[in-house]
Amino acid sequence: MLIINCPLCGPRDHAEFTYIGDATKNRPKSDDISNDDAWYDYVYLRDNPKGLHEELWQHSFGCRCFVKVVRNTVTHQIIATGMPKEDLILDEKGFERSV
Amino acid sequence: MKKGSSEVFSFKSRRQQRLDDGGQINRLEPINFTFDGKKFTGFEGDTLASALLANGVRLVGRSFKYHRPRGIYSAGIEEPNALVALRSGDRHEPNTRATAVELFPGLEAKSQNRWPNLLLDYLQINNLLSPFLSAGFYYKTFMGLPGWHFYEYFIRKAAGMGDGTKFKDPDKYDKKHMHCDILIVGGGPTGIAAAVTAGRAGARVILLDNHPTLGGQLNGELFFLDEKPAHYWIEKCVEELDDMEHVTIATRTSAFGYYDSDVVNAIESVSDHLPEPPDYQCRQRLWQIRAKRVILATGATERPLVFSNNDRPGVMLASAARRYVNQYAVRPGNKAVIFTNNDDGYKTAFDLARVGIEVVAVVDSRKKIPEHFEKELNEKEIEVIPRSVVVDTHGYFGLNSVEIGTLSQDGKTIESNPFIVSADLLAVSGGWSPNVHLYCHSGGKPVYNDAVEAFVPGALSQNGHSAGAAKGSFSLNDCLHEGHDIASTLVKALNFESAKQIIPETNEKNIVPIEALWRVPGKGKKFVDLQDDVTESDITLAHREGYVSVEHLKRYTTLGMGTDQGKTSNLNGQAIMAQEKAEPIEKIGTTTFRPPYTPITMGTLAGRDIGLSYKHTRRSAMHNWHKQNGAIFVEAGQWLRPQYYLDELEQPSKENMDTAINREVQTVRTSVGLVDVSTLGKIDIQGKDSAEFLNRVYTNGWTKLPIGKARYGIMLREDGLVFDDGTTSRLDECHYFMTTTTSNAAAVLSHMEYYLQVQWPDLDVKVTSVTEQWAAMALAGPKSREVLSKLLPTRNVDNESFPFMGVREFDIEGVPARIFRISFSGELSYEINVPADFGEFIWQRVLEVGRTYNIRPYGTEAMGIMRIEKGHVAGPELDGRMTAADLGLQKLLSTKKDFIGSKMMDREGLKDKNRPRLVGLIPVDKTSRVKSGAILVKDPTLAPPVPKLGHVSSSAYLSPTLGHPISLGFVSGDIIETSKKVWAVSPLHNESHELEITDPIFYDQKSERLHD
Repeated sequence: MLIINCPLCGPRDHAEFTYIGDATKNRPKSDDISNDDAWYDYVYLRDNPKGLHEELWQHSFGCRCFVKVVRNTVTHQIIATGMPKEDLILDEKGFERSV
Repeated sequence: MKKGSSEVFSFKSRRQQRLDDGGQINRLEPINFTFDGKKFTGFEGDTLASALLANGVRLVGRSFKYHRPRGIYSAGIEEPNALVALRSGDRHEPNTRATAVELFPGLEAKSQNRWPNLLLDYLQINNLLSPFLSAGFYYKTFMGLPGWHFYEYFIRKAAGMGDGTKFKDPDKYDKKHMHCDILIVGGGPTGIAAAVTAGRAGARVILLDNHPTLGGQLNGELFFLDEKPAHYWIEKCVEELDDMEHVTIATRTSAFGYYDSDVVNAIESVSDHLPEPPDYQCRQRLWQIRAKRVILATGATERPLVFSNNDRPGVMLASAARRYVNQYAVRPGNKAVIFTNNDDGYKTAFDLARVGIEVVAVVDSRKKIPEHFEKELNEKEIEVIPRSVVVDTHGYFGLNSVEIGTLSQDGKTIESNPFIVSADLLAVSGGWSPNVHLYCHSGGKPVYNDAVEAFVPGALSQNGHSAGAAKGSFSLNDCLHEGHDIASTLVKALNFESAKQIIPETNEKNIVPIEALWRVPGKGKKFVDLQDDVTESDITLAHREGYVSVEHLKRYTTLGMGTDQGKTSNLNGQAIMAQEKAEPIEKIGTTTFRPPYTPITMGTLAGRDIGLSYKHTRRSAMHNWHKQNGAIFVEAGQWLRPQYYLDELEQPSKENMDTAINREVQTVRTSVGLVDVSTLGKIDIQGKDSAEFLNRVYTNGWTKLPIGKARYGIMLREDGLVFDDGTTSRLDECHYFMTTTTSNAAAVLSHMEYYLQVQWPDLDVKVTSVTEQWAAMALAGPKSREVLSKLLPTRNVDNESFPFMGVREFDIEGVPARIFRISFSGELSYEINVPADFGEFIWQRVLEVGRTYNIRPYGTEAMGIMRIEKGHVAGPELDGRMTAADLGLQKLLSTKKDFIGSKMMDREGLKDKNRPRLVGLIPVDKTSRVKSGAILVKDPTLAPPVPKLGHVSSSAYLSPTLGHPISLGFVSGDIIETSKKVWAVSPLHNESHELEITDPIFYDQKSERLHD
C-alpha cells in the first residue's frame, strides 16, 4: 500500500516495484586486491535497523529505474526517494504530517 | 424430548411482535423466509434478526462451548450470539450475523452448533459439566496424555461454529481502485455532516456506510433536529450530496482495514441482499481507496454488563432494543427491565414505553440519578431503582424473570436480599466504546478516557482523523459539530475554500456521566465474551495462573477471538483484569486490532484472479500451430511449451508419450527436427562499453569476440556461485544479443540493470528485454544445413561461410532473420530468430521446406533428453548452489580480469576438491528409471543417518540414442575418485537403484557433429 515516488515517473503504487535490498552497501573497488573483509561485508552483512533505512527498490513494472528509498521500518513511512547514488538529506524528525 | 413438546414450546413463544405502524420497514412488501425449515414472513427493510423477533422467535442459537440457548443480542455487526448459516448448496455461508443480514425473498437460515436441533441439543451437557470446562481445560487435561490427535477430533466437534461448504463458489467478485481527497468512513450524523461540508468545499469525497441507508445511529433513535424527526435532515443532506458529482456515496460498503499510505479497503455487498446476484453482476466488490485525508466517523459500540446468567435469550443491548422498536417496529419483549450505568437506559425506557412495552423498572447502578428525566419518568410511570444491579436472571430457553439487588457502597457486595420481578426483556447498557479499530490499523495507539470509561483515539497516525462517537463524543450535538469542524479543517489543508454549514439544533438532554460497572457480584455464570463463552471466572482464573497481560489473557481464555473479534467484550474483560491486578485500565492496555474489522470473504480478496486468470499465461508466436498439430503442452513458469507432439499422420494417433518422445529424439539424431525456443530470455545490449560490460558480467573473456560470432558464457553472483548461462552474440561493433535460461530471464535483466545503474553508471550500455519481440526456433539434426540452404537458396551456408558459433542476418521470404549456429541438442543446429509476428509463418515455411528430409517438430522432453545425452547443464544443475568447477566449467573462469563473483569464488569451501561435481549416471541394470532429486548414498541398506554423497539432478528415463536410461547428477569428488558406483535412493517412493558413475557427456564427446 506504499506510494513510492519514482524520480523518473512520479508517485506510484509499490506493487509496481521490486524490493532489492540495503542501499548503504558499497561494492569494494575491483582493484582492492584481497580485501576479504570488505567483500565479506558487502556480500553478506546486513543491518536490520529499527527506524530509518536506506534501501533500493526497482521500478520493475515501470521505467525499470533503481530508486533509493528512505523508509521508516517501524511506521513504513517513506521519507525520501531519489536516484541510487543521490545523497538524500533528511529532516531530523523525518516526515512532517500536514494538518 | 418428544416431538410434540417442542411444537408446544414454539407455539407458546411465537407471538407476533410487530407494531401496527412506525419504523422504516415497507409493510406493502412482505418477504417470506425460513429459519430451521419453518416458514416466516417479514417485511422489506427488515434484517433477519428483526424479522425473527417480529415473529416471536427468541432462541436462535447455541453457545460455542457450553451450548447454552442464546438469542439476538444486538442490532448490528457486533452481534456475538445470533450466528446463523445462510443459504444452502454452493451458496451456503456459515456464521453470518442475523443482525446484519438483510431479509430477501426465499432466505434460508439455519441455527448452528446444536444437535439434533435448537431445543434439544445433546451437548448442553457441557453446561452441566461447565465447572470443569474452565479456561485452558482441554489443554490442561488432554494435551499431556497420549492420543491428543484422537481426542482433538471430538473436542473440536463439540465446540464450534458452523460448517463451511465444500462446493465451488458460484459467484463472481470484483475489485475497484478509487482515489479521493477525503474519505469518510461511516454515514452516521458525524459522517453526513462532514460529507456536506467537504462536498460543498468542492473536495472529492467518498462516504462509506455498511448499512443499506445512511443515518447510522439516527435510524435507531428518536432524535429531533431543528424540531423535525432526524430523517428529514438525513434526506435533505443525502439529496444535496447526490447532486454533487464529486461526491460518491457507497452504502452496504464496509471499510475493513486501514493500511499504509492512507489506503482503506472496503467491501461492497453488491448482491448479498438479493437471493442471488443478477446476471453479469458480482456478489461483492473490494474497494481499495487511496485518500489524501480520512475521516473516521465509525461510531461506537454499546457494551454489555457482566452479571450472572447475562446471556439468556431476552437479554439484549439497550441500543439494540431501541433500534428494534424505532427502526424495525418490533417489540423485542413485552415486559422489560432496563439495567444501565449511564443515561442510555432512560432513553431506552422511554422508547419502549412509547410502543406499549411494560417497563417494570430502570435499574441504575449509579449513585447519582439524572434528575432531568424525572418528569418524563413520572409521566410514563416508570420506576427507577438507583444504586442497584441485576443480580441474576431466570428462564432456560428465554428470560422470564430478573433478580434485582442493591449494591453496597464499595460495589463489591449486594446489600439487601434481591427481589424477583418477571420480565421477558432485559435491556442492558454498560456504556459505549468508540470503534477505534480503523484508527488502530492506521498505526494509532488508543488511550483510556476516564470521562467516558473507554479507549478513545490517541495521537494521529497517518492522516486518519477520528470524529464523533468514534472519538468518544457521544452526544449528537458534538457529533454533528465535530463532523463539520474536521471536514472544514481538512479541506483547508487541501487548499479548498472552506464551506459553511448550519448545524441543526438537537433535542438532547444533558448527560450525567457514566459510572463504570465492570461486573456485578454473584455466583452464576457471568459472561464477558458471549461468542466464545468466556466468563468472568475464566478471567480471574487467568489472573490467578499468571496470564495477566492482555495478550496472554486473550490467548488463554479466547477472549475476543471469535468472529466478532470481541467488539462487545474486549473492554469488559480488560477492565476485570485491571481490577484483579488493582491497576488502572490504561496500564493494562488493549490487544492489537488488526484487519479485517468485520469478517470478509476470501472471494473478494481473490477477485477475478482465479483459475486461468490467477497468473499470466505466456504463449509463443507459434502456439496456435502447436495446438493444431498434436502438441501436448507443459507449463514452464508462466509459459506454455509443447512437451511433445502426438503424431497425427494416423487418426487417432497410436502414439503415447514415451513413443512420441523416442521418435522425436531419433528424428533429430538421424535427420532433422524443429523446436520452439522462443521462451529463452533475450536481451538486447547496445552501447560503446558493451564489451567491457559483458567482460564484467560473464566469467570468460569477451573483448575479442568478433562481429558475427556467438560465445557461450556463465555468470556468477557476487558470492561466487553460478547464476545463469547462455550465449551472447556480437551483431555489430556496439551491439550484442544475449540469451538466458527461460526461468532466469527476468532476474538476469534486473541483475544487469542493477550493475549499470547502481555500480557502474559510467559505462555506456543499454539493456532491453526483447524476449517477446523475437520468435525463436532451433533447426537441429544432420540434415539441418540442407534445410537451411533450401530456405536460403541464394545464400551460401556451408561450413566455411557459416561456421559453428557463427551468427548471420538473412532475409527468409522477405522476413529479416537472425540465425545463430549454436546447439543445445548436440547436433548440427541453427537457431532462427524472426520478429514474433512472423514466427508462425517462418515455422511453417521451415517445416514445408524440410518435408523432403522428414523434418518433425519436437518438444521440451526430447530437447531435455538430448541435452542430458550431451551433458549440457540446465536449470536443474544451475540451482544456485554450484560453483563453475562443480559444473565442470572451470575453463570458463578467466584469470586475466575481474568479474562479478571473482572475488568470492576462490574461498576455501568453494575450492574443496571433495565438493560434489557433475557426473553422468547410468543404472547398473540399464533399465531402472531413477527419479531426479534422488539422494546418492554408498549403501541403501544402512540405517540412518546415512551420509549423502550427492544427488541426481536430471534424468532421461530412456536415452533413445544409447538405448538405456541416463542421468546427470553430482557426486562428491572423493567418491568419484575411489568408487565407480553409488546408490540412488528415493525414500518417499521406496526406491533404490545402483548407478554407475560416468562422464557427464554421453554422446559425441568430441563434439564432431557440431563442427562439420
